[in-house]
Amino acid sequence: MQTTLEPRLDSLLRQNSFIELGARERGRQLLDAGTMRELIGPFDRMHSPWLARQGVVTQSDDGVVVAKGLFNAQPCVVLAIEGAFQGGSLGEVGGAKIAGALELAAQDNRNGIPTMALILFETGGVRLQEANLGLAAIAEIHSAIVDLRRYQPVIGIVAGTVGCFGGMSIAAGLCSYLIVTREARIGLNGPAVIEQEAGIAEYDSRDRRFIWGITGGEQRALADLVDMLAEDDVQQIREQISQFAARGVPAQHRSEQTARFISALDQVDAATQATPEMARQIYTRGATA
Amino acid sequence: MSHSKNGFVSRGAHWFAALAGTALAGYPDSVLVADAPFNGRTVRFIAVIPDAQNRFARARDGEVGLIEGWHLARAVHELVAADQNKTDKTPLIAIVDVPSQAYGRREEAYGIHLALAAAAGAYAAARQAGHPVVALIVGKAMSGAFLAHGYQANRIVAFDDPEVMVHAMGKASAARITLRSVEALTALAETIPPMAYDIKNFASLGLLSASLNVVAPDTPDQTSLNLVYQSLEQMLASIAQESEHDLSSRLNAPHRQASKRVRELLRQQWKEEGPMAI
Amino acid sequence: MENLTYAFAASARAQAVQKQILVGVVGSGDLEVLVEPQSDQAQIRIQICTSVDGMASIWEALMARLFAQGTLPAMRIDINDFGATPGVVRLRVEQALEELGLSDQSME
Repeated sequence: MQTTLEPRLDSLLRQNSFIELGARERGRQLLDAGTMRELIGPFDRMHSPWLARQGVVTQSDDGVVVAKGLFNAQPCVVLAIEGAFQGGSLGEVGGAKIAGALELAAQDNRNGIPTMALILFETGGVRLQEANLGLAAIAEIHSAIVDLRRYQPVIGIVAGTVGCFGGMSIAAGLCSYLIVTREARIGLNGPAVIEQEAGIAEYDSRDRRFIWGITGGEQRALADLVDMLAEDDVQQIREQISQFAARGVPAQHRSEQTARFISALDQVDAATQATPEMARQIYTRGATA
Repeated sequence: MSHSKNGFVSRGAHWFAALAGTALAGYPDSVLVADAPFNGRTVRFIAVIPDAQNRFARARDGEVGLIEGWHLARAVHELVAADQNKTDKTPLIAIVDVPSQAYGRREEAYGIHLALAAAAGAYAAARQAGHPVVALIVGKAMSGAFLAHGYQANRIVAFDDPEVMVHAMGKASAARITLRSVEALTALAETIPPMAYDIKNFASLGLLSASLNVVAPDTPDQTSLNLVYQSLEQMLASIAQESEHDLSSRLNAPHRQASKRVRELLRQQWKEEGPMAI
Repeated sequence: MENLTYAFAASARAQAVQKQILVGVVGSGDLEVLVEPQSDQAQIRIQICTSVDGMASIWEALMARLFAQGTLPAMRIDINDFGATPGVVRLRVEQALEELGLSDQSME
């Protein structure tokens, strides 16, 4: 037994977990060593104008880190959401940091500077304490991604443990490339809300195996709804980003493939309850390896 | 017209019929698309309406689901492609009356997040290509549904009416999630403008270009129609003045000063040579 | 939610804090600690925003244990706390002091 365990333990020890890192450290480790410079950092004290009056303690960076630097010598801005603060939910300031940075990156490109963007999605979507301002900011993020992705690939990473839900799952869907781990989930609605709206038979929010089976990273990869399933390892993830950055802007983004997806959905027997297998089938039928 | 249960015809359906007439064939019953004359030019109107016969059972009450998301994208893409070589781009008017995104296992399994991304992305790309886009909120503009259909517009116009609501999550769900009663949530929302559900508070956030006092919001009469035509005309004229096709016109209200300040600071710090990160 | 403020005498002999240090996150049971140079050179000023009410005496005692020795240089400290235990608070503060190179001067 010892002999089969040892190699696995050895590889585990060599791995540097990406999931265990906080947002700031994720940004630092993805950018070229020594190039990370944080914009509107915690000491700028740009925190939420809306939380204190509701008795909620603010985080100095409002849960979003804007890290500018180089990625393989290319100018790059990383937008890293801190999942530990309020479930990574986006409020006015955090949302503006992401949208504003993406807007500046697009402007850079119009001025001949090839700034690319990485978005680290660790979020439940809109912060309910800021509701309409969170929603408005997310709409601006969508606009900025669509603008920037004309010039540079916008690469999203969903690593877990929070995953990517709500309006930010739409943002993830707009990315040029999406990298996920097995721990990650991407879904529009949170399990609890679906259970509330549609009943426990439709969606059991306490059945982890079921939830990961439908929205987990591995399932999304097998159904060709994301671009790469990565191990929870900083180097591997970085290497994967490298490859996508080198590929450049795709000829057609997944979210632009209307004919393909309409055709696939036309083949779904919508009267039958969905299974992970059915999702994989309709989206990979006839796809090349 | 619509195929709702009990013959209920939504506001969105009524206003689409009044503004745009008959929908184009080839779209699902829940997605109405028509090119109609408007003030001497052609305008494409798009609405999402209830369809009691929707193949996807969780999207029968006007929700934006899988099918709706992808066909919204298709309706916009086709227009952009048709106008590719024109300098005068056809305007898009999104008639918004959407209670939410669709909630369900099929929806999540088949990637509803991507379907909504397709729609949002299509509208954004159309705007960025120079198509004037106006959202006319006649009823509900909720959450993911609004992100997909309407929120990428250059201008947002809404009826000043108690039925009109913009929010990130329905009251009942939001109350349950935040462990409050609906009454307590409503009371709290009244003191915090971004949390409120009514259109007046939404307007105070600087996201609305016009609020219309329409006498007949449910089923349009001539007076109400004229008011809407006037407003849409004003919006199109205003958009024509802009050189940028972005959403920066939404950053002017006092309640959004932090959003403006963040962008100022980002711009200042973007090129700064300074000490490396902490 | 409560806001608490404490001040302690700083050591005039200890080298002033030159940089800004952040440790922690405002997650459930956790806190963030921001440390930076203090303009009023004679003081260690601490501002705490905590999600748990009624713990002022515990904070006071803990802050005194960590900062009242008179050996630490002047600094400004902001703490945003989301229900951390005194043990976790201490851990985070000591983490911050260590990053400033001050850990051997704090109480053991």
